[in-house]
Amino acid sequence: MSVAPQSGPAPAQAPAEVLMEMRDITLRFGGVVAIRGISFDIRAGEIRAIIGPNGAGKSSMLNVINGFYHPQEGEVWFRGQRRKPMKPHQIAHQGIARTFQNIALFKGMSTLDNIMTGRFTRMRAPWWQQAVWAGPAEREEVANRAFVEHIIDFLEIQAIRKTPVGRLPYGLQKRVELGRALAAEPKLLLLDEPMAGMNVEEKEDMSRFILDVNDEFGTTIALIEHDMGVVMDISDRVVVMDYGAKIGDGTPDEVRSNPQVIDAYLGVAHD
Amino acid sequence: MFYREAGDFKTSYRDDGQTFPIAFDRWRYYFVLLVGFVGIPLVLTEYTANAVMIPFLIWAIVAIGLNILTGYCGQVSLGTGGFMAVGAYAAYKIMTAAPELNILFVVLLSGGVTAAVGMLFGLPSLRIKGFYLAVATLAAQFFLVWLFNRVPWFYNNSASGQITAPERSILGMAVTGPQAGAVPKYLFCLVILFALAWLARNLTRGRLGRSWMAIRDMDIAAEIIGVNPLRAKLSAFAISSFFVGVGGALFFTVYLGAVEVGEAFGINKSFLALFMIIIGGLGSIFGSFAGAAFMVLMPVLLKNLMVDTLSWPTAIAAHFEFMIVGALIVFFLVVEPHGLAALWRTAKEKLRLWPFPH
Repeated sequence: MSVAPQSGPAPAQAPAEVLMEMRDITLRFGGVVAIRGISFDIRAGEIRAIIGPNGAGKSSMLNVINGFYHPQEGEVWFRGQRRKPMKPHQIAHQGIARTFQNIALFKGMSTLDNIMTGRFTRMRAPWWQQAVWAGPAEREEVANRAFVEHIIDFLEIQAIRKTPVGRLPYGLQKRVELGRALAAEPKLLLLDEPMAGMNVEEKEDMSRFILDVNDEFGTTIALIEHDMGVVMDISDRVVVMDYGAKIGDGTPDEVRSNPQVIDAYLGVAHD
Repeated sequence: MFYREAGDFKTSYRDDGQTFPIAFDRWRYYFVLLVGFVGIPLVLTEYTANAVMIPFLIWAIVAIGLNILTGYCGQVSLGTGGFMAVGAYAAYKIMTAAPELNILFVVLLSGGVTAAVGMLFGLPSLRIKGFYLAVATLAAQFFLVWLFNRVPWFYNNSASGQITAPERSILGMAVTGPQAGAVPKYLFCLVILFALAWLARNLTRGRLGRSWMAIRDMDIAAEIIGVNPLRAKLSAFAISSFFVGVGGALFFTVYLGAVEVGEAFGINKSFLALFMIIIGGLGSIFGSFAGAAFMVLMPVLLKNLMVDTLSWPTAIAAHFEFMIVGALIVFFLVVEPHGLAALWRTAKEKLRLWPFPH
């Protein structure tokens, strides 16, 4: 594990290593500046929330992290190394998985197949072995199926494993999407609004799963969420964005009492 | 009553992942194999072989090939006829250049050549999608047919511009050329179809097949979990074209014997293959069989009914044939837009619960 030691101010409770660091990221679309000069880090093992009003650039930031957008300025450091510009599928092989704001499941496939597809980066058998379905290819398939079954158990979706995901209700689809991301055994898991459009009960379930993933698998999580109650409860540290700029960074308590953050959310004018 | 999972317990993931998880389905599958390999050859006549069985087997191979590309990987292709022509002309060139080579290897090599050509014409799919890709593959169709018409090297400078399959045999039985008998031809096509269908089933349920379906259903999400779109799409083009090329080679060597490219592999063949997989069911191996059977058998059945049974004039029967087949296509698509395979699946689900409604 080649993880660089943390150089910034060490927090009191968690002196963990930095897994990912964004340095002065600026992202422009023509004349529109989506992200302006943002720096922040994500420490190994923490739950890091990114919050902000609509259009603040949160999803753009996730897209920078997993390679859909390439920032014009700034550097992305992952596991102690500066990352070269990469395609999203290469970044997936480095161990970054994500879920989407609007569910992006493979609609024509069953729950099981969706999560099995999440194992893509973990499977090695060449295509001609898959074609005859014998030897290593079959053993690999069975071994990965066993792993996927663990995730299915963990997320409590045993009953729907062979159901096409298009037929599932919204809350379960979100859960399957989380399962697909977990199947890759990511080092960093990005969740884009995992609780959007859920009722209170579903939100509680999802919060529990996120905390359990963090606890049991030790997965580092970066999430975007609008429900302040949830964010303040489950995250270790919070980045606040507004109009593409960072206006706050710290523990939930620090962020809550930051006057700039209060302004951005409540729109109060200081005279 | 015996169509149930109940009592048929699976104790390993290997058993649970098999193609026919229900015992009755497995027995039916073995029964169909028995009929195909033993039953039909015993009663096969020259007419049923040439008019029904051999075209059905060859079109099933082509339909599986196109289904891999369009049904599983979501890349619409209208170049099927052109790729079949590549398989046919590759077979002709190989047969004339290497007369000693066994016909089985000729057919497989022709598939390999077609796979390479298919990959080349698949390159635009990395930039263009949907209807635009369909138009790009249409260009492949016209270009390939033009190429085989205009470059005499492909038909060995023959005066007629046609290519003719010389006689080749397997185990002492001729399968191509005018002397070939119905049964050897039928069995030759059946063995190839059986092997290719089995390979296609394995590929589509494994890692590669899942990467195709991921690209089809949501290409952004596929990329985020590590699927390289370039590799997924080009592998689908290559394997699909291999199947179509083998189909084209058999179409020329075993079925037609002599071929004029514009007539045998024109744009209507591309549409025919596309109709087969849409009617049969996109993304289903069984659907490819069902679609090929529908499009090959239906005209023959209608013709037999109208001309032989009702003794209508042949010309009128031919017009009615077109109208009825067209109407049936519309009817099936209205009843079940996902094709005969979906109809079959619904029937099986109902049967599993029978006699209870839920």
